[in-house]
Amino acid sequence: MKHVEEYRDPALVKSLSGQIHRITKHPWTIMEVCGGQTHAIVRYGLDELLPEEITLVHGPGCPVCVTAVSLVDRAVALAQRDEIIFTSFGDMARVPGSTQDLLTVKAAGGDVRTVYSPLDALQIARENPDREVVFFAVGFETTVPTTAMAVEQARSEGIGNFSLLVAHVLVPPAMETLLASPNNRVQGFLAAGHVCTVTGYADYEPVADRFKVPVIVTGFEPADILKGILDAVNMLERGEFGVANAYGRAVRREGNPHAWRMVQHVFEVCDRDWRGIGTFPNSGLALRGEYAAFDAEQKFKLDIGVTKENETCISGLVLQGAKKPPECPAFGTLCTPETPLGATMVSSEGACAAYYNHRKRVAG
Amino acid sequence: MCLAVPGKILQIEGEGPLNRIGDVDFGGIHREVNLSYVPEAKVGDWVLIHAGFALQTVDEEEAKKTLEEMERLAEVGGGLGPAELPDDTDDNDSRDGSES
Repeated sequence: MKHVEEYRDPALVKSLSGQIHRITKHPWTIMEVCGGQTHAIVRYGLDELLPEEITLVHGPGCPVCVTAVSLVDRAVALAQRDEIIFTSFGDMARVPGSTQDLLTVKAAGGDVRTVYSPLDALQIARENPDREVVFFAVGFETTVPTTAMAVEQARSEGIGNFSLLVAHVLVPPAMETLLASPNNRVQGFLAAGHVCTVTGYADYEPVADRFKVPVIVTGFEPADILKGILDAVNMLERGEFGVANAYGRAVRREGNPHAWRMVQHVFEVCDRDWRGIGTFPNSGLALRGEYAAFDAEQKFKLDIGVTKENETCISGLVLQGAKKPPECPAFGTLCTPETPLGATMVSSEGACAAYYNHRKRVAG
Repeated sequence: MCLAVPGKILQIEGEGPLNRIGDVDFGGIHREVNLSYVPEAKVGDWVLIHAGFALQTVDEEEAKKTLEEMERLAEVGGGLGPAELPDDTDDNDSRDGSES
């Protein structure tokens, strides 16, 4: 497949890892932000191709993983209502809430449907004018333009039975908070390539400058990830910092202005609670006032009761790169993709799922 | 959620600021994709697809440059593969003498 296979070429992977070995003289800690990158690293064993001096730390770029438990509980509450068809991306279906997940609601008779696109959810609304359709709007900047367009189409067609439960999150504020933390060990970042496809990377320049770190916009195939690491190590070894683009085929500095303009039209910045981590100010998006009719939280009065998180789950530490999944005592035993304690074991971008599926099956 | 796949536009089936629709082929599957965010994309162009939308055109010139740069690194480095890389616990320097 063009634009994919070439970046999985074993010879290319070998030469890039060889080059990294050649230039690495000092220890460095690099974080890949996106869960999709974590999966590629674990699946292809890219971390094992690196010199010992380089520590890769997995970041919080898994939107399913960082969606607050209270939002999952709201989703469950909405899905339980007879008049609502609750739609979401497939990944969210098995994310544990305080007491249950969406799949359990479905099993009990709730109308829960997984969709590939928010446009599919809107189509369900068109086809079921007597029911209310709610879409669980989870995702980083990559996904936001797609939910923004669904809402804009709904508005332009006068569709009144469609709304979003908004859970969108933004990457740069999370990166800044991690960098500003006194415990931070991360010296360089692989920025999430597809987030930057949409937003561009100008916003990362002040972050790179203030904290004096390399931020390399990186793709998702093995050669892309190794190239990102190579570029980061090159800068680190030379004492340089700033933003560089290693994913030029998909990312331009200005991003996609058409997409981002639509996002700004429909959404505005808000604070967001990141599951297992805490509140990052200005790290979320909410529907703007004129789109209030499309906000499920305003449309439906919800009583979700007390929010609780599983006490054994250390997802928050995994998402901040402080622990690796196999270090969790529950990994592979109490916690598996079939019986997850937290979201990182169920999401296709969750680090725990990556290790479970591609590495050792038990803790230690 | 960050995952997007490259696909080739086979046909453009509808125009409109919110509803530019194309038939896009990705890896043998083809599917209707909203192309409203890539108004300049035409039949034959490659785009990156996520959740039913094309988010960007794939810059083929840049793709070529990236691959060429990666391949150039292979020549420069002599392409050490993982099997030839020194053992991390090895005391012997097998390269330029500055490794630990």
